[in-house]
Amino acid sequence: MGRYVIRRLLWAALIVFVVTLLTFVIFYVMPPGDPAIRFAGKQPTEATIREVREQLGLDQSLPQQYFTFVKRLVTGDANDCPQGVEGCGWPGLWISYDSRTAVRQEIIERAPRTISLAAGAAVLWLLMGVSIGIISALKRRSIADRLAMGFALFGISAPVFWLGLLALFIFGSEGLGVDAFSTGYVEFTSNPLSWATHLILPWSVLALLYAAFYARMTRGNLIDTLGEDYIRTARAKGLPERKVIMKHGLRASLTPVVTMFGMDIALLIGGAVITETVFNLQGLGNFAVNSALSADLPAIVGVTLVLAVAVAVMSLVVDVVYAYLDPRVRYS
Amino acid sequence: MSVMAPDRGFQGETLLEVRDLKVHFPTPDGVVKAVDGLNFTVHRGETFGIVGESGSGKSVTNLTALGLVNRKAAQIEGEVIFKGRNLLELSPNELRHIRGKELAMIFQDPFASLHPMFRVGDQLIEAVKVHSDVSKKKAEERVLELLDAVGIPKPRERLRDYPHQFSGGMRQRAMIAMALTHNPDILIADEPTTALDVTVQAQILELIDRVKKEFDIGVILITHDLGVIADVSQTVMVMYAGRAMELAPKDELFRKPLHPYTWGLLDSMPRISQKGTRLLPIEGAPPSLINVPPGCPFHPRCPHRFAPCDSERPAFVDRGGGHPEACHLTIEEKRRLWGEHEALRLGVAS
Repeated sequence: MGRYVIRRLLWAALIVFVVTLLTFVIFYVMPPGDPAIRFAGKQPTEATIREVREQLGLDQSLPQQYFTFVKRLVTGDANDCPQGVEGCGWPGLWISYDSRTAVRQEIIERAPRTISLAAGAAVLWLLMGVSIGIISALKRRSIADRLAMGFALFGISAPVFWLGLLALFIFGSEGLGVDAFSTGYVEFTSNPLSWATHLILPWSVLALLYAAFYARMTRGNLIDTLGEDYIRTARAKGLPERKVIMKHGLRASLTPVVTMFGMDIALLIGGAVITETVFNLQGLGNFAVNSALSADLPAIVGVTLVLAVAVAVMSLVVDVVYAYLDPRVRYS
Repeated sequence: MSVMAPDRGFQGETLLEVRDLKVHFPTPDGVVKAVDGLNFTVHRGETFGIVGESGSGKSVTNLTALGLVNRKAAQIEGEVIFKGRNLLELSPNELRHIRGKELAMIFQDPFASLHPMFRVGDQLIEAVKVHSDVSKKKAEERVLELLDAVGIPKPRERLRDYPHQFSGGMRQRAMIAMALTHNPDILIADEPTTALDVTVQAQILELIDRVKKEFDIGVILITHDLGVIADVSQTVMVMYAGRAMELAPKDELFRKPLHPYTWGLLDSMPRISQKGTRLLPIEGAPPSLINVPPGCPFHPRCPHRFAPCDSERPAFVDRGGGHPEACHLTIEEKRRLWGEHEALRLGVAS
């Protein structure tokens, strides 16, 4: 078990390294145009451009730039942090071309917002999706099942930006005027209650989409599982029906849900762009979009790295949990 | 048509009596008559074999008795009397207290019958605890005793194994151990050896026979394989299209079968005593249970059919000799036909 985790962690490190190489090639090598000109201000002089180029390290050759990039990532960038920029350190992600702030600092500030959004929504959709899925699997073809599956269809089809705006319209100043539900983000440490109330709407909107998927998946898996021979065995033993379903049925039908859950969380850490934008959360998704629009290379690479690490770590977590849940796939 | 289950003279307490059981499933295509008027009795100490092709209603009969058939989806008529109570009239909860305690069942595929994600030991302990309020330790002791009784070596070590770490035969042994947990009165074994290797098959049958004697229970052995029946049953019922065709003590059935369908089954089974004879399959295919042929359901495939076979359903009655069957031919005709048939078979062989 321990050796397995270590081996997987080494693999994860390798994957993250490959991701850095790929993102570097895609964003530094492939796009045409000189970033130095773009970020040198309006109508820059030759001298300014040269200065900017030097400051951003763009005067070096590409392999050299990549080497510097990796070196900063591994050893930190506190030593060559430009004057007046705060938040350099380990892991060094260099500074944003656009805002001239440390990318690392930006990510540290924004990550809690995105993680708050993703984690809260995940709890919500897991509870909603799984319970709706169970009810609808057990009461197949009943009114409850039809309503639940109708809800699922709605959740899957409704665009998140529309749902978000609708929620804001209903609860915002133009509608019910619930101030507590207003947009923006409040630090958990400064006021936990306010943190939660500000996040309720984005959580719900984001959770609705996923809950719909999870309800359908749970329903399908549970219906399949309940047709298995070992469920008949559990009934033949004389187990109460509740135990047959909640213990024997769910154990087998939720294992695939775990895999999906891990991956969904990892991807959301890369940013729930639309939800963040609608509710003005200023999280990582928002940062990623802005950086991409302004071709802010270090920022793009920084966010991509966060996502790559999240996916690598979550897939390790998923595999370990899966092996715990399903003894047939124990690490070999 | 209600015919009392005939007494075939097996000595022993009557445990289960099925009277005129009908299990019909309404479907959009028509009513599936899975079981259509069935009568039989199982005694303590008896292995009651039920033999028939796939879809003849063998399994449905027993699943219905155990309450494992969805009652909402099925129309069930008749009576299944177990120790004085009609199982068909019990509530699901009352049935649950009988299942696994007084009536136990093992299934065809031991690979699929144990939950793949729980330890074998825990699944057995769960079976102990569901019907008796004992400590985990006491339950574990009982499980060890049972695993030992069914011949699993080093039971204490195997407790912590998962089903995939067991071989097929071991899994079926574990299933049998689970079934025996509460000293049931009846063990229903639904094709218990079909999924196993031939050598393991023999061991499992031997085990079932041994636990029947040791635990003094009645066994219902469901199979499509007459060879399995020949090994361990005392009484055999032949089923076709949801009905009983013939019911007799085993030796009687193999030596003097009375129903043309049984003759067909025997011809399609290899017999060591008649090496060199050709296996003769029964012509045609089993009927759809939605459109069961009128009269005798076997008549379209029967080489001896005559006038009433396609219109009158033959009654399943004992025409003397404790050997009830459902066929329009007279006993004398059947004796003669079987005699000629065997002579011809042996003639072909020599």
